[in-house]
Amino acid sequence: MQDFLQWIQLHQQIIYIVILMIFLGIEVIGRVPSVLHTPLMSGANAIHGVVIIGAIIVMGKVESGNYFALALGFLAVILGTLNVVGGFVVTDRMLEMFKKKN
Amino acid sequence: MEWNLLTLAYIIASVTFILGLKMLAHPETARKGNLVAAAGMSIAIFATIFLYEENGVKLQNYVWIFAALAIGTVAGVWSARTVKMTAMPEMVSLFNGMGGACAALIGIIEFNHLTHHYDGTDINFFSKLDGGMLLVIMAGLVIGSISFAGSMIAWGKLNGRIKDFSFKGQHLVNLGFFAFILLLSAYVIILRPEETIFFFYVVLFAALIYGVFFVMPIGGADMPVVISLLNSFTGVAAACGGFLYDNKAMLTGGILVGAAGTLLTILMCKAMNRSLTNVLIGSFGAGAAAASSTQQGGTHKEISVSDAAVCMAYANKVMIVPGYGLAVAQAQHVCHELEKILEERGVDVQYAIHPVAGRMPGHMNVLLAEADVAYDKLQEMETANDAFKTTDVVLILGANDVVNPAAKSDPASPIYGMPILEVEQAKTVIVNKRSMKPGYAGIENALFFQPKTSMLFGDAKAALQKLIAEIKSV
Repeated sequence: MQDFLQWIQLHQQIIYIVILMIFLGIEVIGRVPSVLHTPLMSGANAIHGVVIIGAIIVMGKVESGNYFALALGFLAVILGTLNVVGGFVVTDRMLEMFKKKN
Repeated sequence: MEWNLLTLAYIIASVTFILGLKMLAHPETARKGNLVAAAGMSIAIFATIFLYEENGVKLQNYVWIFAALAIGTVAGVWSARTVKMTAMPEMVSLFNGMGGACAALIGIIEFNHLTHHYDGTDINFFSKLDGGMLLVIMAGLVIGSISFAGSMIAWGKLNGRIKDFSFKGQHLVNLGFFAFILLLSAYVIILRPEETIFFFYVVLFAALIYGVFFVMPIGGADMPVVISLLNSFTGVAAACGGFLYDNKAMLTGGILVGAAGTLLTILMCKAMNRSLTNVLIGSFGAGAAAASSTQQGGTHKEISVSDAAVCMAYANKVMIVPGYGLAVAQAQHVCHELEKILEERGVDVQYAIHPVAGRMPGHMNVLLAEADVAYDKLQEMETANDAFKTTDVVLILGANDVVNPAAKSDPASPIYGMPILEVEQAKTVIVNKRSMKPGYAGIENALFFQPKTSMLFGDAKAALQKLIAEIKSV
């Protein structure tokens, strides 16, 4: 119990962020029309590509001799980039189709 | 100074993620919202590369990082640009899987980083590890792996490479698997035994298998919902990374997507009038056999192209109901042409769009917009259902389950309760399909056997081309 309370104390900032973000995430897309479900999913998909930052940090910290970590990190950055770049481009292509015709 | 700049960059990124997501939820601002989020993401990425430091040490291996970024960018842009409109949901699933794999790989590397000094002799080595850190690493690993494996299966199902597969009691097996992963993870995190490294990889392997088993039994038509769910999983996995590096941009982005993605998943289920449990544990495949047997029999009548042409050319109002068949045949341009020709003859032509027609919500809107069909010609379900009463001819192009009256009348039907387009209120219904085969839900459609319905068999594109030629000569 003591450990648990200490853990909360130590990470209170992050815990606050997590709680607020959960409510914000729900609030922000509250009344989305069904037409936009797929582009929204795709856009959100691109946003969680932010995981690439972790991949870059990991990659940048690997000692140059550790080939196992280097290879995995390299792969992680590629996959993360695919997620981010591909995600945003695909979303843009979907939304391009929605433009109104005059 | 540089460190403070990095913090500022992350704050900007977090704000753009929130703003971008909000703008994405409204039709007028959606495209801009996507660009806003993309801009914030670029800032965060480049700030990390150039400004990040740990204990005063900058990042290394720039060559590797930039090479990987370049490869990912080229491959990402190329595949996203060349993918066909019909294959977009698959693409989203694939990219989502990449993100999940990325999160899982981070977990593996960090674990490797934690434990690679272990020489096998120090018995107390593992008990000295930071339990909280291990928890976050394991969480990212498990969620990321499930998301990766599941997304790959969803991708395979959407492009038809993987067939539905389930066996009796699979849900129990899945549940057992999940419990096993949880218990083993907890064991490793709390007690940190001597075999920690071995168990870590057992958990990784089990999570991958669980991801496969989790998606395998779910029908292909429900894949968008599954992808949306896995999407929010990946968000949470990314947030684990944020926890690990105390990185607020990863944390906000990840949790935001996790929360929004979960709500979106529920909204998608609601559009089909089903619960998430119903989709995941699914009675689609099992219930279908029983329901179809009650509805069989009856005869359908065919209509010739020229009859159909006359019928439509002399109508006052025609409603077109597009479905997946239209997307498969890539007939959206021909369809627009038909609309123009009929309009020239003074026929009022509208499109009735069911929210889940096609393979993803909004699929039909996207498809028709590609062919330059005016936005205001697309009627949503409620409006369309009112309009059917005054409609002379309804032309159904490759849609099936979304016009199946069983959803209203047959409680035994697996799609019972789903809101449908009530096309039978119109005077005449012409159905274009390739054959009498049932649609995705695998059930018969009584609409096809009704006296006011006639069938125009053939590929949507070919049939529409013939129809246009006939109308021109009427």
